[in-house]
Amino acid sequence: MTTFQLNGKSVTPKSPDDTPLLWVIRDEMGLTGSKFGCGIGQCGACTVHVDGQAVRSCVTPVNVVDGSKVTTIEGLDPHGRHPLQLAWIEDQVPQCGYCQSGQIMQAASLLAGTPHPTDDEIEAAMNGNLCRCMAYVRIKKAIKRASGAVK
Amino acid sequence: MNTHVRMGDSRPAPTRRGFLIAAAGTGVTLGFTTGAFGALGLPGPAGQPLVEPTLWYGLDKTGHVTVHIIRAEMGQHVGTALARIVAEELEVDWDKVSIDHVDSAAKWGLMVTGGSWSVWQSFPQLSQAGAAGRMALIEEGAKLIGVDPASCTARSGVVHSGAKSIAYGDIVAKGNLARNYTPDQLAKMPIKPAAQRRLIGHDIQALDIPSKTNGEARYGLDAHIPGMVFARPKIPPTRNDSKVTAVDDSAAKSVPGYLGYKVLDDPSGTVPGWVMVLGETFPAAYAASEKVNVTWSSGAAAQVSEADLQARAAQLIADPKSGSLVVEDPGVDAAFASAAKHIEATYTTASALHFQMEPINALAFEKDGVFEIHSGNQWQSLILPTLAKALGRPEDKIVLRTYLLGGGFGRRLNGDYMVPAALTAQALGKPVKMVCTRADDVRFDSFRSPSVQTLRMAFGPGGKVTAMDHAASAGWPTEVMAPFFMPKGENGVPYDPFAISGANHWYSTGAQRVRAISNDLANRSFRPGWLRSVGPGWTNWAVESFMDEAAHAAGVDPLAFRLALLDGAGRNAGGPPSAVGGAKRQAAVLAAVAKKAGWGAKQPADTGLGIATTFGQERDMPTWTACVAKVHVDRKTGAVKVQKLTLVTDAGTIVHPNGALAQVEGAALWGMSLAVCEGTAFAKGQVADTNLDTYTPLRMADVPELDISFIPSSEPPVGLGEPATTVVGPAIGNAIFAAVGARVRHLPIRPEAVLAALKG
Repeated sequence: MTTFQLNGKSVTPKSPDDTPLLWVIRDEMGLTGSKFGCGIGQCGACTVHVDGQAVRSCVTPVNVVDGSKVTTIEGLDPHGRHPLQLAWIEDQVPQCGYCQSGQIMQAASLLAGTPHPTDDEIEAAMNGNLCRCMAYVRIKKAIKRASGAVK
Repeated sequence: MNTHVRMGDSRPAPTRRGFLIAAAGTGVTLGFTTGAFGALGLPGPAGQPLVEPTLWYGLDKTGHVTVHIIRAEMGQHVGTALARIVAEELEVDWDKVSIDHVDSAAKWGLMVTGGSWSVWQSFPQLSQAGAAGRMALIEEGAKLIGVDPASCTARSGVVHSGAKSIAYGDIVAKGNLARNYTPDQLAKMPIKPAAQRRLIGHDIQALDIPSKTNGEARYGLDAHIPGMVFARPKIPPTRNDSKVTAVDDSAAKSVPGYLGYKVLDDPSGTVPGWVMVLGETFPAAYAASEKVNVTWSSGAAAQVSEADLQARAAQLIADPKSGSLVVEDPGVDAAFASAAKHIEATYTTASALHFQMEPINALAFEKDGVFEIHSGNQWQSLILPTLAKALGRPEDKIVLRTYLLGGGFGRRLNGDYMVPAALTAQALGKPVKMVCTRADDVRFDSFRSPSVQTLRMAFGPGGKVTAMDHAASAGWPTEVMAPFFMPKGENGVPYDPFAISGANHWYSTGAQRVRAISNDLANRSFRPGWLRSVGPGWTNWAVESFMDEAAHAAGVDPLAFRLALLDGAGRNAGGPPSAVGGAKRQAAVLAAVAKKAGWGAKQPADTGLGIATTFGQERDMPTWTACVAKVHVDRKTGAVKVQKLTLVTDAGTIVHPNGALAQVEGAALWGMSLAVCEGTAFAKGQVADTNLDTYTPLRMADVPELDISFIPSSEPPVGLGEPATTVVGPAIGNAIFAAVGARVRHLPIRPEAVLAALKG
């Protein structure tokens, strides 16, 4: 039996222990903001935070997060107004939008540890997140915009 | 030359449609009528309107406007662009406008989103629709406040006359707005001059973006209905002609939540040999599917590989009788026979995947006698007849519920993925949600066909270009999936316009021949697809690489060589409605991009500038596009580093500037990705690369410096989703030549090819 905090609420899913966290979050918990892209941890669309660290939920068995705090895009900010979310709107980043939950969660984890990242640091942190619409210029711009505001 | 057909051709011409304003619910609806004006009726006895507008918007008693969008949202913010056109003419403020995406139904007419057509096709109609609404509101508002309509102006949702005014919402509430306009009346609606526009061309926030930052946006994968079961397919070894010979699921029975399997019987022939593995959850269906063993007898494609496809294309090109003559001027052969000099080169492109981020999926179930399919799709009208055939029920008993698309890029023009979900739901008698893994998605992709093209140019006395001959062979998506869109060439042979457009360029090259050849082996072996920009993605690779080679053969600077040929003579003069200015506008973007990029300046060692220009998608909606690529080549490894892309675009009126810039940013990087990052190979009936471990689209660290600009214009708006994709590849190839003298003629450009060209 796995129990963890999901966006601040304790949950004990029924899914088997080896179920990827992504599908527990999406289909059992009904939070569909985290997306399924490649299933092998190489596109980043499924990125969530586990105890503050960006993790690929599609390759993370749910029992691994037993006792942890899991945060999804829905829980990043209670009003959807995290500085990155505001910057994403200000810079009109999303095109199709499918990868953007993962992009924002990855960027949030970057800024939590590196509040003022350089271009190289942004690229290093974000290179694992594929944006097929290739909105990369704006993703980088929005991270830089938000970096001043994140505490 | 034949005029290319467009998808809009199958519905009544917009100029012959009338316009209707009618009471509906708490407000009024405004829309185009489907048929001839005389056939229109008034609201029926039950209060239900008898006429269903095909393109419409609603205005309620608070003055709020809802624009109904028939186009698919896949990242282009299309609803924002289209709603803005209505709002501009209607004279309402942007914060009073919202959009909704409609489900499939005959009343909407043709539903397709592709070809960078949405704004281009809709602009005149939506402008007239907005203006008709404004004029009706002014007339009725004037009556309500007791003034002469001629004294009134409309602004920000209010009709004014001197000191008197009335808000739109009050006019809706108190007035009688019911109107019918004939097509002629509609055509005469006063459209605002460009200088008076307050929304078009100004930056506003796209309506779809906030929900894409907080997890609320709903894609097909997020569709859910109580009681649904999950299905994951076992994809057969070949796209066509596979048959299931045995299924063994004994090992799967121990998987918790496994619900058995279903061998599909598909009367539409869309998914031959598919076996659906069912589970209570997707992980259960997935785990079980890995333990279900299916044996197939595969189709002939199991023996076919990329080299066979390319060999077949080359063989067809070598036969001068093959194919459709899309352009056939008199005197081509005579010009080559008498040429002082001629050059010839062959260019090839590899198979390339859509790889949209959201793997294909669909939720299907029957409810109240209607089959509902919930999914994201670009061309509802194309797949409905196929679904009807598969399910054995009329089209009006099937409805497609619209969701956001986690990437389209042409993959979701082909709605084939709805068929297996629907068949499984029908067979089970319960809701079924099919989810494909990434590898499943790729193996069922209608990917971009490999192509072969051979180009020849004849030079007469003084180096004058006297003839050009372009033969192109590839698998043809339109032949396989929508043959009714195939016009006939000069020799009466039908051709796929989307697979050859670009070869019919705007250069004056003397006697011109363009021969489009369907690769029959490709068409049989897989399902060729429309991939962002379709044919222009490969034809321009050939044309613009070849122009560079021709310039060097003629001893002329590649920019000057092109500018001299873009003289706007004869058929290249262009004309209304959308190609005013013709080749002269292409010359203008080319000259502009050269200036911005510092064309002609000396570059560091092993660094070069390459130039290319295209007209985007089609001759009758040209998006004039030019690019200079700056690259550095490592002579030891052959590695190419793209340092900068400079692009100049003339797309006529820019409706949504920030969205336009986003489209060009994305399309340019797509062009670069296809040129130096992507590419796969057909291997024994399947593509060789099925996930990101070996298929490697461009990532953030690969992004070069981008300098993108637009030519200010009040010409009609044309497309923006694809044009930049067509120009970047050849600019990079030409830059490699400029940097180190290595000519590459195959996409994608791999370091080994650069090394080989350096040695050659």
